[in-house]
Amino acid sequence: MGITERLIEDAGLRRGVSLLTPEKIEKTIVAVLQGETGARLKTYAETCMRCGMCAEACHFALSHPGDPSYTPAGKVHQTMSVLLDKKGRVDPDFIYGMAQLAYTECNLCRRCVHLCPIGIDTAYIMSTVRRICHKLGCTPQYMQDTAHSHASTFNQMWVKDDEWTDSLMWQEDEAREEFPGLRIPLDKEGADIYYSVIAPEPKFRTQLIYQAAAIMHMAGVDWTMPAQTGWDNSDMCMFSGDFEVMGRLKRQHFESAQKLKVKRIVMGECGHAFRSVYDVGNRWLGWRWHPVPVIHAVEFYWELIQEGKIKLAKKFPGPVTIQDPCNIVRGRGLQQKLREVTRFLVEGDIIEMHPNMEHNFCCAAGGGVINCGPPFKNVRVEGNAVKAEQLKATGVKTIITPCHNCHGGLHDIIHHHKLGMDLKFLSDIIYECMEKPEA
Amino acid sequence: MHPPSLWNWEPGQRVILAALKSPEDCAWVEEPHASPDGERLASLAALAEGGFSALVNGEMWENTFEKAWYPRFSPDGRFTAIVQQDGMWTLAVDGAAWEESFDYLWGTEFSAEGDVIAACIQSGGEYGLCLNGAPWETLFENANQPVLSADGQSSAAVVQLESLKPADLDDFHKGVFGVAVNGEAWDANFMNVWTPTFDPQGKNVAAQVRTSLYDYSIAVNGKKWAGNYGCVWEPRFNPASGTVVAPVRVKGAWGLAQDDQIIWEPRFAQCWHQVISQDGKSIAAIVAPQFGQFTVAVNGKPWSVSLPVVTDLSIARQGEVVAALGCADNRDWRVMVDGRLWDGVWDMAWAPVISPSGGHVAVKVERAGRQTVVVNGRVYPREFTKVWEPIFSPDGTKLLIRALDKDAFLRIVAEVGRA
Repeated sequence: MGITERLIEDAGLRRGVSLLTPEKIEKTIVAVLQGETGARLKTYAETCMRCGMCAEACHFALSHPGDPSYTPAGKVHQTMSVLLDKKGRVDPDFIYGMAQLAYTECNLCRRCVHLCPIGIDTAYIMSTVRRICHKLGCTPQYMQDTAHSHASTFNQMWVKDDEWTDSLMWQEDEAREEFPGLRIPLDKEGADIYYSVIAPEPKFRTQLIYQAAAIMHMAGVDWTMPAQTGWDNSDMCMFSGDFEVMGRLKRQHFESAQKLKVKRIVMGECGHAFRSVYDVGNRWLGWRWHPVPVIHAVEFYWELIQEGKIKLAKKFPGPVTIQDPCNIVRGRGLQQKLREVTRFLVEGDIIEMHPNMEHNFCCAAGGGVINCGPPFKNVRVEGNAVKAEQLKATGVKTIITPCHNCHGGLHDIIHHHKLGMDLKFLSDIIYECMEKPEA
Repeated sequence: MHPPSLWNWEPGQRVILAALKSPEDCAWVEEPHASPDGERLASLAALAEGGFSALVNGEMWENTFEKAWYPRFSPDGRFTAIVQQDGMWTLAVDGAAWEESFDYLWGTEFSAEGDVIAACIQSGGEYGLCLNGAPWETLFENANQPVLSADGQSSAAVVQLESLKPADLDDFHKGVFGVAVNGEAWDANFMNVWTPTFDPQGKNVAAQVRTSLYDYSIAVNGKKWAGNYGCVWEPRFNPASGTVVAPVRVKGAWGLAQDDQIIWEPRFAQCWHQVISQDGKSIAAIVAPQFGQFTVAVNGKPWSVSLPVVTDLSIARQGEVVAALGCADNRDWRVMVDGRLWDGVWDMAWAPVISPSGGHVAVKVERAGRQTVVVNGRVYPREFTKVWEPIFSPDGTKLLIRALDKDAFLRIVAEVGRA
């Protein structure tokens, strides 16, 4: 059992491996290990007792019972441990398997940190493996294309500059039919809120921009969106291992907010982007914290509710369940606020999944796994059978999850397992239930 | 009215507009913009019957448009907005639309004097720039990161020179991006190009380039430096020598290189936003001597004071004054001048303005929702609903303060010694 027995053909990985030599592999691995890692990796490598407790943590492992190669320790054993033991002297075929495992069989969700008795962060180890894969040019095709888009357009979906503002104006026009006088203020200097999104929103989830604008309008928020690059807060480069472009993206994001002298950044309902902005990308740039306060949509909606700025005409019919996005719950502790917002919006019970909140299972799309594209769809769908069981056990129709990746991942799980459940963003429900101007 | 030497610098206050009013035929009036000389206040206005126009000192433009956005005053005091007419986009300047129109237009930029106005355009799915309405002769699959030379005679942008098939890694790696100057592409392709910048004469262009996923460098007029770096940031031309100075990352630390030679040893956790005096003798940059601690270094030597975030660096023409802003968590803003913190902590501060002959620094600041200016460390004794960035007279003895006091637009000329 192991990654070599389940290799999947991918044009990006194949291309990268075809250009490798043993010398290049060794040189690159040694350079990363010596130049970019230190006591943290060494401590993890030397203190893992192979106790196996992490096996209970990982949705991949739980979805493949009896196969230790899916456990966090098993994944490290097949990747970083080999690199360290062999001091980088591994062959291209090994790199292929290592890359496939690191990019598609670990969501970097950090659930295993909670169950490890000595707190080993396997996600950090797998991120370092990905960094090595990036430096070797071995990344899945679709993820790498996303990274190329980031580098070339400052957004993840090749959205051109005119398409961005044109989409905003289109949504503004549409929304004005329903909300007379509604504006999506562009480049409004000094606004309280700079609202940023991820590229799928202008590309094909434009209703989320419409809904955000409607909520801002009805809540009387002083807000703006940038007219130029920096608007996309997402970051697949953080996950591909291209930290230089990750830093470039986060710099553009923060500096566009700083230029407008806004007070805070509010991010749409996305989890991974939040991780990039509040934890990873900002720190690569040398900031200990984010240079402009960053508030996730969950926290923002919670604030609006506390301030009485969201008024409901009706409640959404429950019961519902909640998918806790890893990066805003395990990463930021927003689980209670997410439930308070949900209770405000929903008539009926929240049927919890178990485990839940900071111990929740990942959707299996996060960590860039869904961005590895069609070749690996079944890896994450079948690798999260445990999530399907969790969802089914709730017996509810509606899943609320404030994260794009969770939507993508659960959508595929729902269809694959024929669960017949609906997915909602918080903004879907707020928009549906809030008071609106009379027609 | 332009240049500033022709503005009215008589000390005192004038009420330019007694009250901001929303005419009955307006559905709403958008944010106000002050002309550089402080003689006009303008806002875009949505008309009750549909469409948009603009109010300038309370007077509506004669023309109306289907849409209008991105209002900006040019340095020579013309009020511009991007407008849509009959489904096509163009620029309206003081209410008159350019004759040319495009499928889309955005990103208005001005020459230093304001006589040339440039914008990005998309026409038939091709991209480029237009200057005073005249598009580049050659348009491209994509064009972004536009830049206009100071004199407005040249424009440049990063352009995509070949199409990419979906998820086409091979062609991306071959390099399909370059820089077009006045519509003419460099004879060199790169994997990526960022932030093209002109020299002060508008004759040469430097840009960041990436030749592989890992090799970053600077290209000048299409020719890459021989050296590769772990990362680079935007280059700047030394106004005196014409050399190119850029932050470079070596073994995880940042320094400065000039014409591919290290001039500040890479020892910083960050180094960016370098500025160079006109005589070329002083180079300042925002640096992080340690992770999480930012300051300014002048000629490689960091100031002793540091803050979690430093922004808005500027340098006097002759380099005798260097000023920046610092803050913690976007609050508690401080003004930093020549290595010292001014008294006063602000909710927000705007880029320091240095007088043309050096010696004076003025900063727009905000506290508890009220705005004012600080001049040479002293707070102007009035607060306003809003102020715009202050402007020094050419001789540096006067300061123009453009302010909204409640809903009256004021033009105040203060003597710097008494400000």
